[in-house]
Amino acid sequence: MSVDFATPTVSLVKTEPSPNSSATGPIQATAPVPMIEVENLDFFYGKSQALHGVSLKIPARQVTAFIGPSGCGKSTLLRCFNRMNDLIEGTRIGRGHIKIQGIDIYDPSVDVIALRRQVGMVFQKSNPFPKSIYQNISYGLELQGVKDKARLDAVVEKSLRGAALWDEVKDRLHTSALGLSGGQQQRLCIARAIAVEPAVILMDEPCSALDPIATSKVEELIQELKKQFTIVIVTHSMQQAGRCSDKTAFFYLGKLIEMDVTQKVFTKPAQQQTEDYITGRFG
Amino acid sequence: MSASQPHLFTTPVTGAIRFERVAFSVFRLATYSILLAATIIFGIIFVKGSETLFTREFPFVNTTFLTASPETLHVFEHAGQKHEMGDKEFRAYLEKNGNPQVSDDNYVYSAGGIFPCIVGTLFLVLGSMAIALFVGISAAVFLNEYSRGGPVVEMLRLAILNLAGVPSIVFGLFGFGLFVLFAPVFGATPDPAHFSISLGFTCLNFSGWGVSLLSGWFTLAFMVLPVVITASEESLKAVPKGFRDGSLALGATQWETIRTNVLPYALPGILTSSILGIARVAGETAPIMFTAAYVVSDRLPWQVDKAVDVLFQGVMALPYHIYVVSSKIPQNAYTERVQFGTAFVFLALVLMIALSSVILRSRLRARYRW
Repeated sequence: MSVDFATPTVSLVKTEPSPNSSATGPIQATAPVPMIEVENLDFFYGKSQALHGVSLKIPARQVTAFIGPSGCGKSTLLRCFNRMNDLIEGTRIGRGHIKIQGIDIYDPSVDVIALRRQVGMVFQKSNPFPKSIYQNISYGLELQGVKDKARLDAVVEKSLRGAALWDEVKDRLHTSALGLSGGQQQRLCIARAIAVEPAVILMDEPCSALDPIATSKVEELIQELKKQFTIVIVTHSMQQAGRCSDKTAFFYLGKLIEMDVTQKVFTKPAQQQTEDYITGRFG
Repeated sequence: MSASQPHLFTTPVTGAIRFERVAFSVFRLATYSILLAATIIFGIIFVKGSETLFTREFPFVNTTFLTASPETLHVFEHAGQKHEMGDKEFRAYLEKNGNPQVSDDNYVYSAGGIFPCIVGTLFLVLGSMAIALFVGISAAVFLNEYSRGGPVVEMLRLAILNLAGVPSIVFGLFGFGLFVLFAPVFGATPDPAHFSISLGFTCLNFSGWGVSLLSGWFTLAFMVLPVVITASEESLKAVPKGFRDGSLALGATQWETIRTNVLPYALPGILTSSILGIARVAGETAPIMFTAAYVVSDRLPWQVDKAVDVLFQGVMALPYHIYVVSSKIPQNAYTERVQFGTAFVFLALVLMIALSSVILRSRLRARYRW
């Protein structure tokens, strides 16, 4: 199945076009311009520090997995990328920057709304709106003022096909999304996210509530999606990180311990802590 | 095995079990006493009220009582017969019979009907609930969705809590002071008798709204505001956080999120809890006796010269009418029919308003289910 997503209509940067085609291969040792760049980031919830001097680069059109034990800060970092942490009281960046396509997203000039259109998110617990399947997908576009029925129809179909859900739901587009199974709901959330054509899709443990079959469908889907999108996935399952990511970052106690090509992290980790975690000695 | 013979599973009659039996019967009795009280109240009002409200002949409902204004009842003897008739009928009768001298007994408000009271109560409920729902839902959205805590918000919550504890008569007096005597009205010229602010094109004269629907609406609205705010907040909290996150992550503003993915799902809950508010607004006498209620009004609310006058007139209301007919006129067989009849209609009306809210709620629920 090939789905073509045009270049985003709303872009954070107007000058730099998104990095092109070369990143579609399985593992790229030398990634081009990073999509997301984190520099020396300290992050606080009130007085407690959740991230300590994290620096990393996330390549475009690859899947980057964040692994680590609970409370290690991986979800916190993920939620910094689309500033969802803004909504939590008392959160702040102590030091450092996050740049997406070269732009510091915590700069006062950045419009959070425009940022979130470029950086979509899929949540741990699938959260379709209690509306019809169609309305779930069209919601993001309607927010942008798209009213043209034909265009909405086209995007709904394209997004559902993109999320490998079209064949299962095409006959009941106007029934409630809550009638779908858990795995279908999560793929609907992915379809909803790609409908607005973001550059990045953040996935916060997207499969933790799914059975193995639904999980493998979502993982297949991720492989398909990375042709068009940069994907960052937080996961508790090391098998999942191993199966579907190109790069893996291991976090522990709010620090980035190691980040490298997935294969290397899982076979020859540079740090003892990483090895202990992936071999199951702790965590 | 016979029942009297002790066996392996025979219940031992210990002190604890005897105590339990006594305790249970006390609980049971206490619960049944509620049923008894409700039965007595509703029963008496229904039995006595239906004597007024229903008739033996077609159409079986006393339409006069529901559609006419209150009149004075005249009881007199003429031509060897005892007559009971309302004011208008009485005058027509006298005229027809050549204005004879009759000795009659008058009972005010005991003839005719209570139509103006029904209308007045409906007006009061609709207006004040509209104000209370608008202000209350807005406040709840602010407190629950936008505000970030802090001392000001804490003080707001404390204020709402305290407002809920204020007796209704205090609301009545407060409404009298603020709305009836002091609230601003627009005027072409400054009113020398009152504080006034000139705005250039018009003047704000703080001469008060008088005893009027407007004063009553605001007084009642402030009275139910705590109920509405608390209920709305609870309903907003019950909407899953995932709806908000999902919407915001797609690039919706907070207001877009609230409007499309929070409020619609909170609305059934808000309406449910507002039913309590409706019953209270319809039922309270104290807040309206100084601000909106007339003992008697010879005009219906829409019989006004200018449209704006609708807002600036007092109305008759069912609870106040009950208060008047049961405490301001003598008690006897002639006045009893209007007393119980009014109470009966009042209960039925509150029931109907509550019922329509329930229906509205279940319709909304069917539409938004998650």
